[in-house]
Amino acid sequence: MLRLPKFDYVAPPDLAGVLGVLSDRGEGARVIAGGTDLVPNLKRRQFEAAVLVSLHRVDSLRGVHGTHGSGLVIGALTPLDVIANHPHVQEHFRALSEAAGLVATPAIRTRATLAGNLLADTRCNYYDQTEPWRESLGWCMKAQGTICRVAPSSPRCLAVSSCDTAPALIALDARARLASPTGVREIALRELYRDDGIHYLDMARDEVLTEIALPPLGPTRSTYLKLRRRGSFDFPVLGVAARVSRAADGAVADARVVLTGIASRPVEIPEAAKLVGALPSDDAIAEVARAAEQRAKPLDNTDLTIVYRKRMARVYVARALRRCL
Amino acid sequence: MSQDLSVVGRPGPRVEGIAKVTGQFTFVDDLAVPGMLTAKILRSTAAHARIRSLDTSRALTHPGVKAVITGKDLPTCYGIMPTGEDEHALAQEKARYVGDAVAAVAAVDEETADEALKLIGIEYEPLPIHMDVASALLGPGEPIHETRRAANVHKAVALEFGDVDAGFAAADYTREDLFFYEGSTHLPLEEHGALAVPEGPDRVTLHSSTQNPHYVHRAVAKVLGLPEGHVRLVAVPVGGGFGGKCDPFPHEIVACKLALITGRPVKITLTREEVFYAHRGRHPVLMWLRGGYRRDGSMTALHFKTMLDGGAHASYGPAAIYYTGALQTVTYRIPAYRFQGLRVFTNKPPCGPKRGHATPQPRFALEVHLDKVAHDLNMDPAKLRLQNLSRPFTMTVNHLRITSNGLRECLETVLRASNYAAKRGRLPYGRGVGLAVSSYMSGAGLPIYWNDMDHSQVFVKADRGGGVTVYTGATEIGQGAHTVHAAIVAEVLGLQTGDITLVTADTAAAPVDLGSYSSRVTFMSGNAALAAARRLRAMIAEASAERLEAAPEELEFREGRVYARSRPDHGLTFREACGLAEARHGNVLASGSYRPPQLGGPYKGSGVGPSPAYSFSAAVIELRVDSETGQIHVERVWLAHDIGKAINPVLARGQVEGSVYMGLGEALMEESAYRKQLLKAPSMLDYKSPTMMEMPDVETFLIESTDPEGPFGAKEVGQGPLLPIAPALANAVYDAVGVRVDEVPITPAKLVKALQSLAAGKGGRVGPERLPGFSYPEPTRVEPPPESYGHPAAADGTDGGVAAHAGQ
Amino acid sequence: MKQLVRLRVNGDPRELYLAPNKTLLEALREDLWLTGTKHGCELGECGACTVLLDGRPALSCLTLAVELDGREVTTVEGLGTPTSLHPLQEAFVELGAAQCGYCTSGMLMSAKALLDSNPAPGRDAVRNALAGNLCRCTGYQSILDAVELAATRMAVAGSPAEVPA
Repeated sequence: MLRLPKFDYVAPPDLAGVLGVLSDRGEGARVIAGGTDLVPNLKRRQFEAAVLVSLHRVDSLRGVHGTHGSGLVIGALTPLDVIANHPHVQEHFRALSEAAGLVATPAIRTRATLAGNLLADTRCNYYDQTEPWRESLGWCMKAQGTICRVAPSSPRCLAVSSCDTAPALIALDARARLASPTGVREIALRELYRDDGIHYLDMARDEVLTEIALPPLGPTRSTYLKLRRRGSFDFPVLGVAARVSRAADGAVADARVVLTGIASRPVEIPEAAKLVGALPSDDAIAEVARAAEQRAKPLDNTDLTIVYRKRMARVYVARALRRCL
Repeated sequence: MSQDLSVVGRPGPRVEGIAKVTGQFTFVDDLAVPGMLTAKILRSTAAHARIRSLDTSRALTHPGVKAVITGKDLPTCYGIMPTGEDEHALAQEKARYVGDAVAAVAAVDEETADEALKLIGIEYEPLPIHMDVASALLGPGEPIHETRRAANVHKAVALEFGDVDAGFAAADYTREDLFFYEGSTHLPLEEHGALAVPEGPDRVTLHSSTQNPHYVHRAVAKVLGLPEGHVRLVAVPVGGGFGGKCDPFPHEIVACKLALITGRPVKITLTREEVFYAHRGRHPVLMWLRGGYRRDGSMTALHFKTMLDGGAHASYGPAAIYYTGALQTVTYRIPAYRFQGLRVFTNKPPCGPKRGHATPQPRFALEVHLDKVAHDLNMDPAKLRLQNLSRPFTMTVNHLRITSNGLRECLETVLRASNYAAKRGRLPYGRGVGLAVSSYMSGAGLPIYWNDMDHSQVFVKADRGGGVTVYTGATEIGQGAHTVHAAIVAEVLGLQTGDITLVTADTAAAPVDLGSYSSRVTFMSGNAALAAARRLRAMIAEASAERLEAAPEELEFREGRVYARSRPDHGLTFREACGLAEARHGNVLASGSYRPPQLGGPYKGSGVGPSPAYSFSAAVIELRVDSETGQIHVERVWLAHDIGKAINPVLARGQVEGSVYMGLGEALMEESAYRKQLLKAPSMLDYKSPTMMEMPDVETFLIESTDPEGPFGAKEVGQGPLLPIAPALANAVYDAVGVRVDEVPITPAKLVKALQSLAAGKGGRVGPERLPGFSYPEPTRVEPPPESYGHPAAADGTDGGVAAHAGQ
Repeated sequence: MKQLVRLRVNGDPRELYLAPNKTLLEALREDLWLTGTKHGCELGECGACTVLLDGRPALSCLTLAVELDGREVTTVEGLGTPTSLHPLQEAFVELGAAQCGYCTSGMLMSAKALLDSNPAPGRDAVRNALAGNLCRCTGYQSILDAVELAATRMAVAGSPAEVPA
C-alpha cells in the first residue's frame, strides 16, 4: 500500500489555536481540512509536512448562511456536497452548485471542503507522480528540481490551476475572508490567485481561508461546464464558468466568463463585458467565445491534447453563455 | 442433451457470492500469518541501462530489515513460454524499462521496507532507449536483448495458405487499409500480491493472486532451484485478472526467496503504480491489410501484416504474434490468406495477454476494413458479412477446425434487435449504428509448453455423509470457475450447487489445471469435472442398483435422490446411496480429465489458434457524436454471443457485459501512453477507464449452438464479446458523422481532427499513414485442408439446432 | 506520536492507539482486522475503500484515523451477515453484481448511502451515486440492476433495513 510519511498532527479546538500553531511551526506546517487533495500529494511525497494542523474541530467554519437577497456566506470547511445540494445555492448561484457537484466523486465530495478545493495544489502530470517516477525524469521545478518539464525554457512553473469552484465563484464576484495572527482581511477571490504554478496563491503561510462571501446579484443566471474524459473522478482539463445578469428590460447588465484548467490560475475573459448593454445575440456570444479560445493557452501537462483543449474553450464558452440566457 | 437439466442452464447465484458481498471473501492481501514480514521491490528509474553498481549495505543494516536481495541471488532465467525465457526476477546486468525490478527488501513492516529501499545505492550507465516499433527497428546501439535476429526483432513470421496472388487476380475489387490499435492495460481493481510461507529450509508454500498457478509453480521451482514437489502453489482467487495475472512475476519469486532466506513468511503487495509496470497488457499493433472481393462481395484473398510493440520481454509474445493472424479465418471463408507478423522489443513494461490476447487488434482492422469495403461496393455491411460467413463443422484455410458455429444467428439476432437495417445511413447527422462480428477460442488447443499430458484433471469425492467435494486446479478470477464446476457436478449427481464443496487451485490438494487463460476453464476443466462426476455417479449407481432392484444405467439422480426411472417413488437418498457406494468401493472417488483432440495444421506456428471449439459474437452499437466536441455518447449495445450452452446464464451475461465494457474502454479512452521513457499515467486517475457514467445499457443475447464437445454443449464467453466492440464503435462513428478514425482509442481530439479533415475536403480520416520499413521473411506456403472434415452434423445444411435466448 | 482514538465501528465501541499518518483504511485492515474494506490505489482514485462515516460515504484511504474520535464508521462487515443479508447484498448475489468481488464492498457502501438518503432513486441517480466506484468486471449493468432491485424490495418491505447493532 502507498502510505503516508510520518508527521506530527495537531487539531486545535478553535481558529485562534490553528493560527497559533501555524505561526509557531512556520514553514513545516500544513493545514489539513478534508484531506482529499493533501493526502494523495503527501503519499506521493510531492512535498513534506512536519506537522499537519487540522481544522476538523473548528466547527465555526462550516455552513452556508444568509439568503439570496442579502448574499451568502459560506464557511470554508463546508463540504462540497453540502454546497452542491444547498437549495439557495442551486437556485441563485447555480455555477457554484454545478461546479461543486462536478468535483471528483461522491465519496470525495462529502469530505472535500470549499477551501480545500479553492486552495488545491496546482496540477501537472509531470508533478502528480510518485517519487521514483519523478526521479526517473530528473525532477521538476515544482519539486526538488530546477527545470519546468512542460516547457524547459520557462522561467516559472506551469502547473495548472484545476479547482472547479474557483472560476464559478470568481464569475459570481465572490470575496474571500482570510484570518491570520495579525487580523482578518477580505479580498476579491480573483486576487487570491497568481499566475505561477508554485506560488499560485497570494496568501501568507500563517493565513487561513475562513469564509467565502457571495454578494446579491439581482436577476442572474450562471453555469459551470467541465471538460474531462469521464463523468466522474477527473479534474477539469478545461472548466468554464459563465454568469449573465440582466436588467429589467432584458439587456445584459453584467457578464463574466472565467476559465480553469488552462493556466496556473483561473483566467477571466474580459471580452465578456462586450455583452453588456444589449440583448444577448449569437454573434456577440461567438465573439466572446473566440476571445476565450485566443486567451486559452493550455500546455501538454494534463489529459487530452493542447490543440483540442484550446479549441474546446470556444465551444464550451459559447455553450455556457447560451445556458445563461 | 436428452434429459432436462435441473442446475445447468438455470440462473443461480455464484457459490462464493455471499462471501463476496459480506466482506468475508479473502484475497491475498487480506491474508496474514504469525511472524510475517513485508517485502518491497526497488524498481529501475532508468529505461535501459547497465547497472554499474548496486550497494545494499546500508539497507541491510537499517533497523527492522531482515534481508536484501539482488539479481545475484536469483540468477536463473524464466519466462512463461519455453521459447521466451528472457526474464529474471531481479535485473542481472541491466534494466530494460522503468519499473524493472532491481532489488528487494524484507522488513518487519512496510514502512521499514520502504525506508530501506531508499538506502540502496545504485548507479546506472544509460543505454539507447527505444519506445516504439520504428525506433526499435532502426535504433543504433546495444539491443534490448541479444537475439539471433536483427536488433530488437523478437520474432518475425510469415505464412501463406492457398494461392493469394491468384486470389487477388480473381478479384473484381481490392482495398488496402492501415490501422493502429493502441496498447492498454488490464487494470484489475486488486493489486497483485503474494504470501510465501517457508516450510523448512528447502520447501515453500506460495499463496499468490495468480490466474495460472501451474505455470507459476514451474517457474518458481525453476528459479529457486527446488524440485517442483518442494513448492506448493495456492492460487488465491484474484480481484480481477483479465490476463494480467497470467505470467510468473518477480514479486512471486522474490517473496519465496526472501521467505527461504529469513525463515519467515513474507508478504508482498504491489502498489497501483507497480501493477502498471507488471503490465502484460494489450500489445500496441500496427496493421496493414489488403482484401480482394468479387462484385457480389465474396472474398477472394486476404493479406494481413502486423507489427507488435512487445515491450521489454517475450512474455506471451511468441503466441501473440501468431494470434494477430490466426482467427481472421474463423468468422469468414477466406480462400487464400497470407499473414506476416513482427514483434519487436521496446523499453516498456512487457506486453502480454489481455482479454482477447492479440486478437482484438486484427479484428478491429478486419471489421472496419469490411465496413469500408461494403461502402465501396455499395452493399449493406451486414449483407457483406453474411455473404462471407464461415460455416459449422468446416476447416479454415489455415487448418483451424470449426465445430458448432452460431455466428449467423448471432448476426441476425443483433440486426433484428437493433433494427439495424432501418437505422444504418438513416439516422439524423450525429447519430449512427455500427456492426462487427468476431470469434474466440474455448481454450488453446495446445499447452504453453508442449507435452502429451492432460490440460485439466478433476477429482470428485463423495463421502458417507452425502458430501461431495470437487478438487480442481482451476482458479476463480471472478469469471465463475467455482460455480461452473459446482453446477456441472451437481447436475450429474442430482444435487444443487450449494451442496458441493470445492477445493481449488492448490498444487498440494488438487490435480493439475493449466490455468484461467485463453477462456479454457469451462470447456476443459468443465469437461474433466463432467467426466469425473459421471464416473462417480456410475460408482454410486452400481452400488445402489441391487437395493433398488434395477440396472445401474436405469437409475436417475435427481433432487438429492437416487431411484429407478420406472419407480420414481421408490428410491434412496443421495446420502444413503453414498453409504452403499462406500461400503462397496471403499473410497468413493473418481477422476476425470480433459485433453483436446489433435488439432492444428502441418506448419510451424500452427499451435496458435487451434481450439476444440470457437465462440462467436456479433455486436451492434448505437451512438451519438457531438460534432463540435468530438465526444461520443454510446446509447446502446446489442450483443449476441454463441456460447454453445450457458451453464449459468447470470454469470454468462455478466461475462458479456464485462467484455463489452472493457471493449468500450479500449475503443474510447484506455491507452498505455508514454512520455519519453515513462508511462505517462500509472494511476487509476490518469489511466482512463470508464465509470458507471460512461457505460450504456447492454442488451445481451445468448445463442446456444450446443457444441458437440463442450460440457453440456458449452463454449467460452469471457473474452469473445470484447472483440467486436471497438470496430462496431468505429463503424458507428462513421455512420454518425462520416469520418474514419482508423485507430483506437477514438478520442474526442482525434474525432475533431477527422471532422476538420472532412470539412476541409481532405477525406475525414485519422490513422496511421504507413508501416515502418521492415522486410518480413518469405512466407511458408501451406496447402489448405479440404473445407469439410466429414462431421455428420455438417451434412444436413443446417447450423446445428441453434436456439436463441433473449437477454434478461 | 501515537494518539488514542475512540470510535464506533459497525456499532461496536473500539479504542485504538494510532500514529497520525495511519489512514482509516490501514486502521480497519491492520488494526481491527476488518479486511472487507479493500484498496485499489490508496489515492482516492478507485472507490474500493469506500466506507460510511456517520452514514455518509467516505474514502478510508484519504481519511486520517486520528480525526475520527467519536465518529461512527460502517464497513461492509456491518451491512449484513450471511444469515441476515441487507437487501443490497441479497440483490448483488442474485443478479451477479459481484464477479471478482473486489470492488463490491465499496459499491455496496456507496449504494447504501444512496438508498438511505434517496429510497427510490432513478437509474441516473444510481449512476451518479456510484460514479466514484470503479469496477472492471461487470460493466456496471448488474450493479445498477441490483441497486434498483434492492430499492424496490426495500420500498415494498416498508422501511430500509437498519444496520444491525
